[in-house]
Amino acid sequence: MKKHALSTRIWHWLNALAFVVLFMSGLNISNAHRYLYWGDYGFDPADAWMSVIRFPAWATIPQRYDLAEARDWHSSFAWLFALSLLLMWTASLVNRHFWRDIAATLHEWSPKTLAQSLRDHLRGHFHGEGGIYNPLQKISYGIVLGVLLPMMIFTGLAISPGFEPAAPWLVDILGGRQSARSLHFIVAWLLFGFVVVHIVMVLLSGAVMQIEDMITGGEREELDDG
Amino acid sequence: MVERGPNMKRRTLLAGMAALPAAACSDLAETGPAGDLFDAAEDWHRTAHRALAKRQALAPEYSRDERSPDIRGNGSLTVDTDDYRAQAANGFADWRLEVRGLVDKPLSLSLADLKALPQRTQITRHDCVEGWSAIAEWTGPQLSALLDAARVREDANFIVFRCADRLYDRDYYESVDMVDAYHPQTIIAHELNGEPLPEKNGAPLRMRIERQLGYKHAKYLTAIEAVASFEDIHGGKGGFWEDLGDYQWYAGI
Repeated sequence: MKKHALSTRIWHWLNALAFVVLFMSGLNISNAHRYLYWGDYGFDPADAWMSVIRFPAWATIPQRYDLAEARDWHSSFAWLFALSLLLMWTASLVNRHFWRDIAATLHEWSPKTLAQSLRDHLRGHFHGEGGIYNPLQKISYGIVLGVLLPMMIFTGLAISPGFEPAAPWLVDILGGRQSARSLHFIVAWLLFGFVVVHIVMVLLSGAVMQIEDMITGGEREELDDG
Repeated sequence: MVERGPNMKRRTLLAGMAALPAAACSDLAETGPAGDLFDAAEDWHRTAHRALAKRQALAPEYSRDERSPDIRGNGSLTVDTDDYRAQAANGFADWRLEVRGLVDKPLSLSLADLKALPQRTQITRHDCVEGWSAIAEWTGPQLSALLDAARVREDANFIVFRCADRLYDRDYYESVDMVDAYHPQTIIAHELNGEPLPEKNGAPLRMRIERQLGYKHAKYLTAIEAVASFEDIHGGKGGFWEDLGDYQWYAGI
């Protein structure tokens, strides 16, 4: 069987595109008001819990400060991001990708196993036993797919005043609109951190083969986990 | 105290529904594939928002102790004319608000006329496109009451708000479709936190369009105009920021 299912591969590259556009247009939007608050309201920099740097033009979409155009990119690619995530999750549950490859067993969650996995990583040994992913990989993919990416969608929806009447409870559980906006910013950077580590790991573990596999699907080594 | 608005009449519901495809068409007038994609995405957002919530679903309202200490003035902070200064000195006793365009009975109302109508008071959150929010109490008559009094004609698809202020040498204006025009929280505010509307917030009259971002909430309001299309008004994109910077006409995102 293929190492990566077609649905996984299509989602991976669509999501990569959506993430780059959303992140870079998001930095442009951040430049419009560079202060983050907790609670329902916030407009006075004196009340901000964080004063964000002004992101340089080379890091933003478009490549100059333009709030209107950045919002166009952001809210258009949000559709691609959210719908492809929904389809990927549906496919992963239906084709058992989630249960087979990502859901970590209790044993894999144990501190001892995780410490061993970390030592393996530091020694440059990245491959899992009894599956295509090692325990640290499973857990980080699980957190990214199951927590961080959905959080981007929920916090994004909660910032939208036109969406809010459909689900006012969403804004409430996130702690108010300005809290949702702060969380949107924090989780975006956590995802950026994941992307950096992910790319580094791909480079260290045979980049050409890894990227080829994510395009063609590759071949799954039939491992005996007995 | 919150006063519920009158139920929407069938006619206005129909007008609201008619406005949707019209809005989609005028949005798609922009050129280029990226422009088309952006406009389509904007339409999908508006359609999705209105499908997920009821068309007349309310924006959240807060209690008095949840208000923010101030509501920041943004954009125009005054109207830089002798006439405006004279009117302000006079407590805006001579300010007139016209209701005109595709209506059977055009109106010209004074501040006193507006205060004599049933009032709605709401404590709502003001979200600026830049990202900040403030919470304040607004009081004024519902726009629907004025539109009904003026008897808006069935060929009207949008309500345009005309303003006294100018920015970058252009007249400020804004527009909404009939769904937002007849929304119960769409009021013409003349009071902020129980006091006459301050100059920086749009004295003597401003719109509240609670399910959209701040730039839709036109300040220094002089006229309400029912139109079939806003293509021939100023830059044709339905609002000051829409014309000047290509901001989204639907500001619910």
